[in-house]
Amino acid sequence: MKEKIIEKILMILAFSAIGILFLITIYIFKEGLPIIIKVGIKDFLFNAKWAPTKGHFGILSMIISSLAVTLGAMILGVPLSLACAITLAEFAPPRLMIILKPTIELLAGIPSVVYGFLGVLILVPFIRDYFGGPGLSLLAASIILAIMILPTITSISIDALQAVPLLYKEGALAMGATHWQAIRLVLLPAARSGVVTAIILGMARAIGETMAVIMVAGNALRIPTSLLNPVRTLTSNIALEMGYSAGDHRTALFATGIILFIFIMGLNILANTIMRKK
Amino acid sequence: MGCKRTFVCLSLMFCLLVLGCSSKTSSRSHSLTIAGSTSVQPFAEKLSEIYMELYPREVVNVQGGGSTAGIKACRQRAAQIGTSSRDLHPEENDLKKIIIAWDGIAIIVHPQNPIQKITLKQLQGIFSGKIRFWSELGGAKKPIFFVTREEGSGTRDAFESLAMKKMEISNEALVEDSNGAVREIVGHNPFAIGYISFGIVNHQVKALAVNSVQPSLSTIKEREYQLTRPFLFVVNEPVTSQASRFIEFVLTKNGQQILEKEGLVGIL
Repeated sequence: MKEKIIEKILMILAFSAIGILFLITIYIFKEGLPIIIKVGIKDFLFNAKWAPTKGHFGILSMIISSLAVTLGAMILGVPLSLACAITLAEFAPPRLMIILKPTIELLAGIPSVVYGFLGVLILVPFIRDYFGGPGLSLLAASIILAIMILPTITSISIDALQAVPLLYKEGALAMGATHWQAIRLVLLPAARSGVVTAIILGMARAIGETMAVIMVAGNALRIPTSLLNPVRTLTSNIALEMGYSAGDHRTALFATGIILFIFIMGLNILANTIMRKK
Repeated sequence: MGCKRTFVCLSLMFCLLVLGCSSKTSSRSHSLTIAGSTSVQPFAEKLSEIYMELYPREVVNVQGGGSTAGIKACRQRAAQIGTSSRDLHPEENDLKKIIIAWDGIAIIVHPQNPIQKITLKQLQGIFSGKIRFWSELGGAKKPIFFVTREEGSGTRDAFESLAMKKMEISNEALVEDSNGAVREIVGHNPFAIGYISFGIVNHQVKALAVNSVQPSLSTIKEREYQLTRPFLFVVNEPVTSQASRFIEFVLTKNGQQILEKEGLVGIL
Protein backbone atom coordinates (compact mmCIF):
# COMPACT_ATOMS: atom_id res chain seq x y z
CA MET A 1 0.00 0.00 0.00
CA LYS A 2 2.70 2.47 1.08
CA GLU A 3 4.91 1.42 -1.84
CA LYS A 4 2.10 2.17 -4.27
CA ILE A 5 1.42 5.62 -2.87
CA ILE A 6 5.07 6.63 -3.00
CA GLU A 7 5.22 5.36 -6.54
CA LYS A 8 2.21 7.46 -7.47
CA ILE A 9 3.65 10.57 -5.80
CA LEU A 10 6.91 10.18 -7.68
CA MET A 11 4.99 9.71 -10.88
CA ILE A 12 3.01 12.90 -10.31
CA LEU A 13 6.19 14.83 -9.58
CA ALA A 14 7.83 13.52 -12.73
CA PHE A 15 4.85 14.44 -14.85
CA SER A 16 4.59 17.89 -13.30
CA ALA A 17 8.08 18.63 -14.64
CA ILE A 18 6.95 17.69 -18.13
CA GLY A 19 3.71 19.56 -17.54
CA ILE A 20 5.63 22.74 -16.81
CA LEU A 21 7.52 22.42 -20.10
CA PHE A 22 4.20 21.87 -21.82
CA LEU A 23 2.65 24.95 -20.21
CA ILE A 24 5.65 27.12 -21.10
CA THR A 25 5.41 26.00 -24.71
CA ILE A 26 1.71 26.77 -24.92
CA TYR A 27 2.17 30.13 -23.23
CA ILE A 28 5.03 31.27 -25.47
CA PHE A 29 3.10 30.35 -28.59
CA LYS A 30 -0.12 31.89 -27.34
CA GLU A 31 1.61 35.18 -26.53
CA GLY A 32 3.86 35.32 -29.57
CA LEU A 33 1.87 33.98 -32.49
CA PRO A 34 -0.55 36.93 -32.89
CA ILE A 35 2.23 39.29 -34.01
CA ILE A 36 3.70 36.75 -36.43
CA ILE A 37 0.27 36.36 -37.98
CA LYS A 38 -0.23 40.14 -38.00
CA VAL A 39 3.00 41.08 -39.78
CA GLY A 40 3.32 37.81 -41.71
CA ILE A 41 5.93 35.13 -41.11
CA LYS A 42 7.97 36.26 -44.12
CA ASP A 43 8.23 39.85 -42.98
CA PHE A 44 8.99 38.77 -39.43
CA LEU A 45 11.84 36.45 -40.40
CA PHE A 46 13.33 38.19 -43.42
CA ASN A 47 13.03 41.88 -42.63
CA ALA A 48 16.02 43.46 -40.90
CA LYS A 49 14.25 46.54 -39.53
CA TRP A 50 13.39 46.22 -35.84
CA ALA A 51 11.66 49.25 -34.31
CA PRO A 52 8.69 47.77 -32.45
CA THR A 53 7.42 51.06 -31.03
CA LYS A 54 7.21 52.38 -34.60
CA GLY A 55 5.65 49.27 -36.09
CA HIS A 56 8.66 47.46 -37.59
CA PHE A 57 9.08 43.86 -36.46
CA GLY A 58 11.84 42.27 -38.55
CA ILE A 59 14.28 39.99 -36.73
CA LEU A 60 16.55 38.99 -39.64
CA SER A 61 19.58 40.82 -38.27
CA MET A 62 19.21 39.04 -34.93
CA ILE A 63 18.84 35.61 -36.53
CA ILE A 64 22.01 36.23 -38.55
CA SER A 65 23.81 37.55 -35.48
CA SER A 66 22.76 34.58 -33.35
CA LEU A 67 24.00 32.16 -36.00
CA ALA A 68 27.24 34.12 -36.52
CA VAL A 69 28.04 34.28 -32.81
CA THR A 70 27.30 30.57 -32.40
CA LEU A 71 29.39 29.65 -35.44
CA GLY A 72 32.26 31.77 -34.12
CA ALA A 73 32.04 30.08 -30.73
CA MET A 74 32.05 26.66 -32.44
CA ILE A 75 35.11 27.45 -34.56
CA LEU A 76 37.03 28.60 -31.50
CA GLY A 77 35.57 26.24 -28.93
CA VAL A 78 35.26 22.84 -30.62
CA PRO A 79 38.96 22.23 -31.43
CA LEU A 80 39.89 23.43 -27.96
CA SER A 81 37.33 21.20 -26.24
CA LEU A 82 38.22 18.14 -28.32
CA ALA A 83 41.90 18.65 -27.62
CA CYS A 84 41.07 18.87 -23.93
CA ALA A 85 38.93 15.74 -24.08
CA ILE A 86 41.55 13.68 -25.98
CA THR A 87 44.35 14.80 -23.70
CA LEU A 88 42.39 13.99 -20.59
CA ALA A 89 41.02 10.67 -21.81
CA GLU A 90 44.19 9.36 -23.43
CA PHE A 91 47.38 11.15 -22.52
CA ALA A 92 46.97 12.50 -19.01
CA PRO A 93 48.02 10.18 -16.20
CA PRO A 94 45.00 9.04 -14.18
CA ARG A 95 45.99 11.08 -11.17
CA LEU A 96 46.08 14.31 -13.20
CA MET A 97 42.76 13.38 -14.77
CA ILE A 98 41.18 13.16 -11.32
CA ILE A 99 42.13 16.79 -10.71
CA LEU A 100 41.65 18.21 -14.21
CA LYS A 101 38.23 16.85 -15.11
CA PRO A 102 36.38 18.35 -12.12
CA THR A 103 38.26 21.60 -12.71
CA ILE A 104 37.00 21.84 -16.26
CA GLU A 105 33.51 20.94 -15.12
CA LEU A 106 33.76 23.71 -12.56
CA LEU A 107 33.93 26.17 -15.47
CA ALA A 108 30.31 25.27 -16.20
CA GLY A 109 29.34 26.35 -12.69
CA ILE A 110 30.61 29.91 -13.03
CA PRO A 111 27.58 32.21 -13.48
CA SER A 112 27.38 33.68 -16.97
CA VAL A 113 27.28 37.24 -15.62
CA VAL A 114 30.80 36.68 -14.29
CA TYR A 115 32.00 35.68 -17.76
CA GLY A 116 30.32 38.79 -19.14
CA PHE A 117 31.93 40.99 -16.53
CA LEU A 118 35.39 39.62 -17.24
CA GLY A 119 34.71 40.07 -20.93
CA VAL A 120 33.79 43.73 -20.49
CA LEU A 121 36.78 44.47 -18.29
CA ILE A 122 39.49 42.51 -20.10
CA LEU A 123 38.47 41.24 -23.51
CA VAL A 124 36.56 44.26 -24.82
CA PRO A 125 39.31 46.86 -24.17
CA PHE A 126 41.86 44.40 -25.60
CA ILE A 127 39.91 44.02 -28.86
CA ARG A 128 39.31 47.77 -29.04
CA ASP A 129 43.00 48.62 -28.59
CA TYR A 130 44.53 45.94 -30.80
CA PHE A 131 41.94 45.25 -33.51
CA GLY A 132 39.87 48.47 -33.63
CA GLY A 133 36.11 48.98 -33.55
CA PRO A 134 34.18 49.56 -30.34
CA GLY A 135 35.47 46.34 -28.76
CA LEU A 136 31.90 45.26 -27.98
CA SER A 137 31.66 42.89 -30.92
CA LEU A 138 30.83 39.62 -32.58
CA LEU A 139 34.39 38.50 -31.87
CA ALA A 140 34.17 39.25 -28.14
CA ALA A 141 30.87 37.35 -27.85
CA SER A 142 32.27 34.36 -29.75
CA ILE A 143 35.36 34.15 -27.56
CA ILE A 144 33.36 34.33 -24.33
CA LEU A 145 30.90 31.70 -25.59
CA ALA A 146 33.76 29.44 -26.71
CA ILE A 147 35.02 29.42 -23.13
CA MET A 148 31.52 28.83 -21.79
CA ILE A 149 30.81 25.78 -23.96
CA LEU A 150 34.22 24.24 -23.29
CA PRO A 151 33.15 22.24 -20.19
CA THR A 152 29.98 20.90 -21.84
CA ILE A 153 31.73 19.59 -24.93
CA THR A 154 34.81 18.37 -23.07
CA SER A 155 33.08 16.35 -20.39
CA ILE A 156 30.58 14.64 -22.71
CA SER A 157 33.38 13.88 -25.20
CA ILE A 158 35.54 12.35 -22.47
CA ASP A 159 32.66 10.06 -21.51
CA ALA A 160 32.20 9.10 -25.16
CA LEU A 161 35.90 8.36 -25.63
CA GLN A 162 36.06 6.29 -22.47
CA ALA A 163 32.98 4.31 -23.49
CA VAL A 164 34.81 2.92 -26.52
CA PRO A 165 35.74 -0.70 -25.66
CA LEU A 166 39.41 -1.04 -24.77
CA LEU A 167 39.63 -3.89 -27.30
CA TYR A 168 39.43 -1.42 -30.23
CA LYS A 169 42.43 0.55 -29.05
CA GLU A 170 44.40 -2.54 -28.14
CA GLY A 171 43.63 -4.00 -31.56
CA ALA A 172 44.87 -0.87 -33.32
CA LEU A 173 48.04 -0.75 -31.25
CA ALA A 174 48.67 -4.47 -31.89
CA MET A 175 48.42 -3.81 -35.63
CA GLY A 176 51.32 -1.38 -35.28
CA ALA A 177 49.46 1.95 -35.11
CA THR A 178 51.01 4.70 -33.04
CA HIS A 179 49.02 6.08 -30.11
CA TRP A 180 47.94 9.14 -32.12
CA GLN A 181 46.98 7.01 -35.12
CA ALA A 182 44.88 4.79 -32.87
CA ILE A 183 43.11 7.87 -31.48
CA ARG A 184 42.53 9.48 -34.86
CA LEU A 185 41.61 6.39 -36.87
CA VAL A 186 39.92 4.16 -34.32
CA LEU A 187 38.88 5.91 -31.11
CA LEU A 188 37.44 9.13 -32.54
CA PRO A 189 35.37 7.40 -35.27
CA ALA A 190 34.07 4.91 -32.71
CA ALA A 191 33.10 7.71 -30.32
CA ARG A 192 31.74 9.87 -33.13
CA SER A 193 28.08 9.91 -32.14
CA GLY A 194 28.92 10.91 -28.58
CA VAL A 195 31.28 13.65 -29.73
CA VAL A 196 28.76 15.02 -32.22
CA THR A 197 26.09 15.04 -29.51
CA ALA A 198 28.49 16.94 -27.26
CA ILE A 199 29.08 19.53 -29.97
CA ILE A 200 25.37 19.96 -30.62
CA LEU A 201 24.60 20.40 -26.93
CA GLY A 202 27.41 22.96 -26.74
CA MET A 203 25.86 24.72 -29.70
CA ALA A 204 22.45 24.83 -27.99
CA ARG A 205 24.11 26.33 -24.94
CA ALA A 206 25.85 28.95 -27.09
CA ILE A 207 22.71 29.99 -28.95
CA GLY A 208 20.72 30.23 -25.71
CA GLU A 209 23.25 32.16 -23.65
CA THR A 210 22.03 35.64 -22.81
CA MET A 211 23.64 37.60 -20.00
CA ALA A 212 27.28 37.31 -21.02
CA VAL A 213 26.39 38.06 -24.63
CA ILE A 214 24.40 41.20 -23.76
CA MET A 215 27.38 42.52 -21.83
CA VAL A 216 30.03 42.04 -24.54
CA ALA A 217 28.19 42.06 -27.88
CA GLY A 218 27.18 45.73 -28.08
CA ASN A 219 23.59 44.88 -29.15
CA ALA A 220 23.52 47.00 -32.31
CA LEU A 221 20.73 46.14 -34.75
CA ARG A 222 22.70 46.26 -38.01
CA ILE A 223 23.51 43.02 -39.83
CA PRO A 224 27.21 42.44 -39.03
CA THR A 225 29.71 42.70 -41.89
CA SER A 226 32.86 42.20 -39.86
CA LEU A 227 34.00 40.33 -36.77
CA LEU A 228 34.49 43.68 -35.05
CA ASN A 229 30.88 44.85 -35.54
CA PRO A 230 28.57 44.95 -32.53
CA VAL A 231 25.68 42.47 -32.83
CA ARG A 232 22.39 41.66 -31.13
CA THR A 233 21.33 38.03 -30.74
CA LEU A 234 17.78 36.71 -30.36
CA THR A 235 18.22 36.09 -26.64
CA SER A 236 19.72 39.53 -25.96
CA ASN A 237 16.84 41.15 -27.78
CA ILE A 238 14.32 39.62 -25.39
CA ALA A 239 16.29 40.38 -22.26
CA LEU A 240 17.19 43.93 -23.32
CA GLU A 241 13.72 45.10 -24.16
CA MET A 242 11.34 43.16 -21.94
CA GLY A 243 11.56 45.73 -19.12
CA TYR A 244 9.38 48.45 -20.58
CA SER A 245 7.67 46.66 -23.43
CA ALA A 246 3.90 46.73 -23.79
CA GLY A 247 1.31 45.68 -26.35
CA ASP A 248 2.64 44.59 -29.74
CA HIS A 249 6.22 45.15 -28.61
CA ARG A 250 5.80 42.58 -25.85
CA THR A 251 4.13 40.14 -28.21
CA ALA A 252 7.00 40.57 -30.67
CA LEU A 253 9.49 39.65 -27.94
CA PHE A 254 7.53 36.46 -27.26
CA ALA A 255 7.58 35.81 -31.01
CA THR A 256 11.37 36.16 -30.91
CA GLY A 257 11.19 33.54 -28.17
CA ILE A 258 9.23 31.21 -30.47
CA ILE A 259 11.97 31.36 -33.10
CA LEU A 260 14.62 30.72 -30.46
CA PHE A 261 12.53 27.86 -29.07
CA ILE A 262 12.31 26.26 -32.51
CA PHE A 263 16.08 26.63 -33.01
CA ILE A 264 16.94 25.00 -29.70
CA MET A 265 14.29 22.27 -29.99
CA GLY A 266 15.69 21.43 -33.43
CA LEU A 267 19.22 21.17 -32.08
CA ASN A 268 18.15 18.96 -29.18
CA ILE A 269 16.11 16.65 -31.38
CA LEU A 270 19.13 16.37 -33.68
CA ALA A 271 21.36 15.53 -30.72
CA ASN A 272 18.93 12.87 -29.49
CA THR A 273 18.61 11.23 -32.91
CA ILE A 274 22.37 11.02 -33.32
CA MET A 275 22.75 9.64 -29.81
CA ARG A 276 20.12 6.95 -30.47
CA LYS A 277 21.70 5.91 -33.76
CA LYS A 278 24.58 4.56 -31.78
CA MET B 1 -2.49 4.88 8.65
CA GLY B 2 0.65 7.02 8.55
CA CYS B 3 -0.09 8.12 5.02
CA LYS B 4 -3.55 9.26 5.95
CA ARG B 5 -2.19 11.48 8.67
CA THR B 6 0.35 12.99 6.28
CA PHE B 7 -2.41 13.66 3.80
CA VAL B 8 -4.55 15.43 6.40
CA CYS B 9 -1.55 17.47 7.51
CA LEU B 10 -0.73 18.46 3.94
CA SER B 11 -4.27 19.52 3.10
CA LEU B 12 -4.49 21.52 6.32
CA MET B 13 -1.29 23.34 5.43
CA PHE B 14 -2.65 24.05 1.98
CA CYS B 15 -5.86 25.51 3.42
CA LEU B 16 -3.87 27.74 5.77
CA LEU B 17 -1.72 28.88 2.86
CA VAL B 18 -4.75 29.87 0.82
CA LEU B 19 -6.37 31.62 3.78
CA GLY B 20 -3.14 33.42 4.55
CA CYS B 21 -2.93 34.79 1.07
CA SER B 22 -6.49 35.99 0.81
CA SER B 23 -6.86 37.73 4.17
CA LYS B 24 -3.96 40.08 3.50
CA THR B 25 -5.46 41.63 0.39
CA SER B 26 -9.02 41.95 1.63
CA SER B 27 -8.24 43.95 4.76
CA ARG B 28 -6.82 46.87 2.76
CA SER B 29 -9.34 48.54 0.54
CA HIS B 30 -8.06 52.11 0.08
CA SER B 31 -6.29 51.36 -3.15
CA LEU B 32 -4.81 54.04 -5.40
CA THR B 33 -3.72 53.23 -8.95
CA ILE B 34 -0.98 55.19 -10.71
CA ALA B 35 -0.23 54.37 -14.34
CA GLY B 36 1.78 55.85 -17.16
CA SER B 37 5.31 56.83 -18.14
CA THR B 38 7.98 54.19 -17.73
CA SER B 39 10.46 56.97 -16.88
CA VAL B 40 8.35 58.14 -13.96
CA GLN B 41 7.57 54.59 -12.86
CA PRO B 42 10.70 53.89 -10.76
CA PHE B 43 10.30 57.23 -8.95
CA ALA B 44 6.58 56.70 -8.38
CA GLU B 45 7.37 53.25 -7.01
CA LYS B 46 9.93 54.67 -4.62
CA LEU B 47 7.49 57.36 -3.48
CA SER B 48 4.68 54.87 -2.99
CA GLU B 49 6.94 52.55 -1.03
CA ILE B 50 7.81 55.25 1.49
CA TYR B 51 4.24 56.58 1.48
CA MET B 52 2.87 53.16 2.38
CA GLU B 53 5.41 52.85 5.17
CA LEU B 54 4.29 56.19 6.60
CA TYR B 55 0.58 55.47 6.14
CA PRO B 56 0.10 51.70 6.45
CA ARG B 57 -3.63 51.91 5.66
CA GLU B 58 -3.01 53.23 2.14
CA VAL B 59 -2.32 50.94 -0.81
CA VAL B 60 -0.71 52.34 -3.95
CA ASN B 61 -0.34 50.35 -7.19
CA VAL B 62 2.14 51.68 -9.73
CA GLN B 63 1.98 50.52 -13.34
CA GLY B 64 3.85 51.36 -16.54
CA GLY B 65 2.49 51.54 -20.08
CA GLY B 66 3.84 54.85 -21.35
CA SER B 67 2.87 58.51 -21.00
CA THR B 68 0.10 58.44 -23.60
CA ALA B 69 -1.43 55.31 -22.10
CA GLY B 70 -1.23 56.85 -18.63
CA ILE B 71 -3.03 60.01 -19.68
CA LYS B 72 -5.69 57.92 -21.40
CA ALA B 73 -6.10 55.70 -18.33
CA CYS B 74 -6.55 58.81 -16.23
CA ARG B 75 -9.23 60.23 -18.52
CA GLN B 76 -11.12 56.92 -18.50
CA ARG B 77 -10.65 56.74 -14.71
CA ALA B 78 -8.88 53.40 -14.95
CA ALA B 79 -6.14 55.09 -12.94
CA GLN B 80 -6.67 57.89 -10.43
CA ILE B 81 -3.30 59.40 -11.29
CA GLY B 82 -1.69 59.26 -14.72
CA THR B 83 2.02 59.94 -15.04
CA SER B 84 3.74 61.54 -18.01
CA SER B 85 7.34 62.36 -18.89
CA ARG B 86 6.31 64.87 -21.56
CA ASP B 87 4.18 67.99 -21.50
CA LEU B 88 0.46 67.61 -22.25
CA HIS B 89 -0.65 68.03 -25.84
CA PRO B 90 -3.26 70.79 -26.44
CA GLU B 91 -6.09 68.25 -26.80
CA GLU B 92 -5.18 66.76 -23.41
CA ASN B 93 -5.50 70.10 -21.61
CA ASP B 94 -8.88 69.23 -20.08
CA LEU B 95 -6.96 67.22 -17.49
CA LYS B 96 -5.17 68.83 -14.58
CA LYS B 97 -1.40 68.51 -14.58
CA ILE B 98 0.92 68.75 -11.60
CA ILE B 99 4.67 69.03 -12.22
CA ILE B 100 6.37 66.87 -9.61
CA ALA B 101 9.99 67.23 -10.77
CA TRP B 102 12.31 68.01 -13.67
CA ASP B 103 14.70 65.64 -15.38
CA GLY B 104 17.62 66.62 -17.60
CA ILE B 105 19.15 64.32 -20.17
CA ALA B 106 22.91 64.72 -20.06
CA ILE B 107 25.08 64.05 -23.11
CA ILE B 108 28.15 62.25 -21.80
CA VAL B 109 31.64 61.49 -23.12
CA HIS B 110 34.86 60.11 -21.65
CA PRO B 111 36.56 62.61 -19.26
CA GLN B 112 39.66 62.68 -21.49
CA ASN B 113 37.67 63.67 -24.56
CA PRO B 114 38.74 67.27 -25.44
CA ILE B 115 35.23 68.20 -26.64
CA GLN B 116 33.38 70.43 -24.15
CA LYS B 117 30.18 71.34 -25.93
CA ILE B 118 27.92 70.17 -28.69
CA THR B 119 24.99 71.56 -30.65
CA LEU B 120 21.68 69.81 -31.20
CA LYS B 121 22.49 69.66 -34.93
CA GLN B 122 25.77 67.83 -34.26
CA LEU B 123 23.99 65.50 -31.85
CA GLN B 124 21.42 64.62 -34.52
CA GLY B 125 24.24 64.04 -37.00
CA ILE B 126 26.08 61.68 -34.67
CA PHE B 127 23.10 59.59 -33.62
CA SER B 128 21.68 59.33 -37.13
CA GLY B 129 25.06 58.05 -38.33
CA LYS B 130 25.98 61.03 -40.53
CA ILE B 131 28.84 62.43 -38.43
CA ARG B 132 31.23 59.50 -38.03
CA PHE B 133 34.52 60.99 -36.80
CA TRP B 134 35.44 63.13 -33.81
CA SER B 135 37.53 65.29 -36.16
CA GLU B 136 34.29 66.68 -37.58
CA LEU B 137 33.66 68.19 -34.12
CA GLY B 138 37.24 69.39 -33.71
CA GLY B 139 38.57 66.30 -31.94
CA ALA B 140 40.91 63.45 -32.89
CA LYS B 141 40.58 61.58 -36.19
CA LYS B 142 38.86 58.63 -34.52
CA PRO B 143 35.49 57.02 -35.16
CA ILE B 144 32.59 57.96 -32.90
CA PHE B 145 30.94 55.12 -31.01
CA PHE B 146 27.47 56.21 -29.97
CA VAL B 147 25.50 54.42 -27.31
CA THR B 148 21.72 54.49 -27.10
CA ARG B 149 19.07 52.92 -24.89
CA GLU B 150 16.82 50.01 -25.83
CA GLU B 151 13.51 50.46 -27.63
CA GLY B 152 10.73 51.21 -25.13
CA SER B 153 12.97 53.02 -22.65
CA GLY B 154 11.57 56.33 -21.39
CA THR B 155 14.98 58.00 -21.56
CA ARG B 156 15.33 56.97 -25.21
CA ASP B 157 11.85 58.26 -25.91
CA ALA B 158 12.71 61.62 -24.35
CA PHE B 159 16.03 61.81 -26.21
CA GLU B 160 14.28 61.06 -29.49
CA SER B 161 11.67 63.76 -29.00
CA LEU B 162 13.92 66.45 -27.45
CA ALA B 163 17.14 65.96 -29.42
CA MET B 164 16.50 63.89 -32.53
CA LYS B 165 13.19 65.61 -33.44
CA LYS B 166 12.08 63.77 -36.61
CA MET B 167 15.34 61.86 -37.24
CA GLU B 168 15.84 58.18 -36.50
CA ILE B 169 18.66 56.75 -34.40
CA SER B 170 20.94 54.71 -36.67
CA ASN B 171 20.91 50.92 -36.33
CA GLU B 172 24.68 50.99 -35.91
CA ALA B 173 24.25 52.40 -32.40
CA LEU B 174 25.46 50.33 -29.49
CA VAL B 175 22.47 49.51 -27.28
CA GLU B 176 22.50 49.17 -23.50
CA ASP B 177 19.54 48.56 -21.23
CA SER B 178 20.17 50.98 -18.35
CA ASN B 179 21.57 54.41 -17.55
CA GLY B 180 24.30 52.69 -15.55
CA ALA B 181 25.38 50.44 -18.42
CA VAL B 182 25.59 53.41 -20.82
CA ARG B 183 27.72 55.29 -18.29
CA GLU B 184 29.97 52.24 -17.88
CA ILE B 185 30.57 51.93 -21.63
CA VAL B 186 31.23 55.66 -22.11
CA GLY B 187 33.42 55.80 -19.00
CA HIS B 188 35.69 53.10 -20.40
CA ASN B 189 35.85 54.11 -24.05
CA PRO B 190 37.57 57.43 -24.89
CA PHE B 191 35.72 57.66 -28.22
CA ALA B 192 32.17 56.91 -27.08
CA ILE B 193 29.22 59.25 -26.56
CA GLY B 194 25.88 58.51 -24.92
CA TYR B 195 22.97 60.04 -23.03
CA ILE B 196 21.76 59.37 -19.49
CA SER B 197 19.58 60.99 -16.84
CA PHE B 198 21.34 63.98 -15.28
CA GLY B 199 21.05 62.42 -11.80
CA ILE B 200 23.19 59.45 -12.86
CA VAL B 201 26.20 61.51 -14.07
CA ASN B 202 29.32 60.97 -11.94
CA HIS B 203 33.11 61.37 -12.11
CA GLN B 204 33.46 58.50 -14.63
CA VAL B 205 32.04 60.63 -17.43
CA LYS B 206 31.88 64.24 -18.56
CA ALA B 207 28.57 65.97 -19.37
CA LEU B 208 28.73 68.22 -22.43
CA ALA B 209 27.17 71.66 -22.73
CA VAL B 210 24.31 71.45 -25.25
CA ASN B 211 23.84 74.59 -27.39
CA SER B 212 26.26 76.31 -24.97
CA VAL B 213 24.28 75.53 -21.80
CA GLN B 214 25.91 73.23 -19.24
CA PRO B 215 23.38 70.93 -17.53
CA SER B 216 23.09 71.75 -13.82
CA LEU B 217 20.41 71.84 -11.13
CA SER B 218 19.67 75.50 -11.87
CA THR B 219 19.74 75.36 -15.69
CA ILE B 220 17.42 72.34 -15.59
CA LYS B 221 15.07 73.96 -13.08
CA GLU B 222 14.93 77.16 -15.18
CA ARG B 223 14.57 75.07 -18.36
CA GLU B 224 17.54 76.84 -19.95
CA TYR B 225 19.10 73.46 -20.64
CA GLN B 226 17.31 72.27 -23.76
CA LEU B 227 17.17 68.55 -23.05
CA THR B 228 14.89 69.01 -20.04
CA ARG B 229 11.58 67.27 -19.55
CA PRO B 230 8.94 67.60 -16.86
CA PHE B 231 7.68 64.66 -14.84
CA LEU B 232 3.94 65.11 -14.49
CA PHE B 233 1.10 63.71 -12.49
CA VAL B 234 -2.16 64.04 -14.39
CA VAL B 235 -5.53 63.90 -12.66
CA ASN B 236 -9.13 64.03 -13.80
CA GLU B 237 -11.48 66.30 -11.79
CA PRO B 238 -12.94 65.61 -9.31
CA VAL B 239 -9.83 64.21 -7.68
CA THR B 240 -10.37 61.32 -5.29
CA SER B 241 -9.26 61.86 -1.71
CA GLN B 242 -6.64 59.07 -1.90
CA ALA B 243 -5.10 60.66 -4.98
CA SER B 244 -4.97 64.15 -3.50
CA ARG B 245 -3.41 62.83 -0.27
CA PHE B 246 -0.66 61.13 -2.29
CA ILE B 247 -0.04 64.20 -4.45
CA GLU B 248 0.17 66.39 -1.35
CA PHE B 249 2.78 64.01 0.05
CA VAL B 250 4.84 64.12 -3.18
CA LEU B 251 4.86 67.93 -3.16
CA THR B 252 5.97 68.22 0.48
CA LYS B 253 9.61 68.81 1.31
CA ASN B 254 9.87 65.17 2.33
CA GLY B 255 8.51 63.87 -0.97
CA GLN B 256 10.68 66.23 -3.02
CA GLN B 257 13.75 65.15 -1.08
CA ILE B 258 13.04 61.53 -2.02
CA LEU B 259 12.92 62.52 -5.68
CA GLU B 260 16.13 64.55 -5.45
CA LYS B 261 17.89 61.69 -3.74
CA GLU B 262 16.89 59.50 -6.69
CA GLY B 263 18.47 61.97 -9.11
CA LEU B 264 15.69 64.30 -10.25
CA VAL B 265 15.56 68.08 -9.93
CA GLY B 266 12.86 69.12 -7.47
CA ILE B 267 10.39 71.95 -7.97
CA LEU B 268 10.77 73.67 -4.57
